[in-house]
Amino acid sequence: MYKIYWQLFKSFFKIGLFTFGGGYAMIPLIEEEIVDKKQWILKEDILDLFAISQSIPGAIAINTATLVGYKKAKKLGGIFATFGVILPSFIIISIIAAFFHQFADLAFVHAIFMGINGAVILLIFKAALKMTKLSVIDPLSGICLVLTVLLILFTNINPVFLIISGALVGLARYLVDK
Amino acid sequence: MIYINLFIEFFKIGLFTFGGGYAMIPLMTDTIEKNQWISSGEFTQIIAIAEMTPGPIAINSATFIGQKVAGIGGSLAATLGVAAPSLLLILFISKVFFTYSEHPLMKSIFKGIRPVVAGLVLAAGFSIAQTVLFTEADNPFHLNFVTLSAMVVLFGIMLKHKLHPIILIFIAGSLGFLSFAFF
Repeated sequence: MYKIYWQLFKSFFKIGLFTFGGGYAMIPLIEEEIVDKKQWILKEDILDLFAISQSIPGAIAINTATLVGYKKAKKLGGIFATFGVILPSFIIISIIAAFFHQFADLAFVHAIFMGINGAVILLIFKAALKMTKLSVIDPLSGICLVLTVLLILFTNINPVFLIISGALVGLARYLVDK
Repeated sequence: MIYINLFIEFFKIGLFTFGGGYAMIPLMTDTIEKNQWISSGEFTQIIAIAEMTPGPIAINSATFIGQKVAGIGGSLAATLGVAAPSLLLILFISKVFFTYSEHPLMKSIFKGIRPVVAGLVLAAGFSIAQTVLFTEADNPFHLNFVTLSAMVVLFGIMLKHKLHPIILIFIAGSLGFLSFAFF
């Protein structure tokens, strides 16, 4: 009974510890740990959780952790997952802030992170391709995906508007099919 | 009291940010200027460290700023503050969402949203790659050779083996360290 809370905490601790960069860098780790390994959430459903976590206020990482935790084990699950994802940052940053003022200027630290950035980029693309395969089911969804990429890269549009537009496309299709 | 002040200010930052940690940076800048907590030079340094260390940027920068302003209690107040709005909001909406998530209308709406989410992740990949590989490189070629070589090696490995992302991150970090040790 209490085991699931501890497992959620452990899994999200691991995810927090190995996320380099923003919330997007967490997506490949969540897919590996939560969807493939633990099989807590279906690969189609995780896309919907990512959609919600990007549409509501707050850090994507925290939103996703809370949602996954809630889906698996209700309110307490959400709380345990969130604390799990926060704790590694909290510990590491507290140590750096207290002892290593010049951390970012150390040449070898810089070199290590230049390597890690390479892995982060590849992992994000891998996750994006996986999500593309799952979500592009017809020409219309393909157009939505391409438009999203172009609008994000070449305009200052807020991602929330794009998510709402996607919802309207889905709503329109429901009304047409009915 | 400084702890309550930190909690409230970071609660506001968490509540009014859409789109993740990077979107928080302008709000943090305003808050720090208003309260005169740290200098803008220190803030730039904090963001650099928040980006490179493990953990989401939002949490890293909140912890770091809190620590600078009021020690360990400050970092606790700021971190809990930035996380609290998400936690409260989601615990509130989750019940509604998971109750109706099997309804055909909800299913259709999320089918419409899914390609947008995939597109957002793809676009994030492109912009991170652009920043890391070209913008941040300070050599005459404007190309980050260390990251690029790590990517080529890792891509070769990923084609042949299915490794856990954590292992790939370790290999990548070691490649970066080797570049420092030998060049």
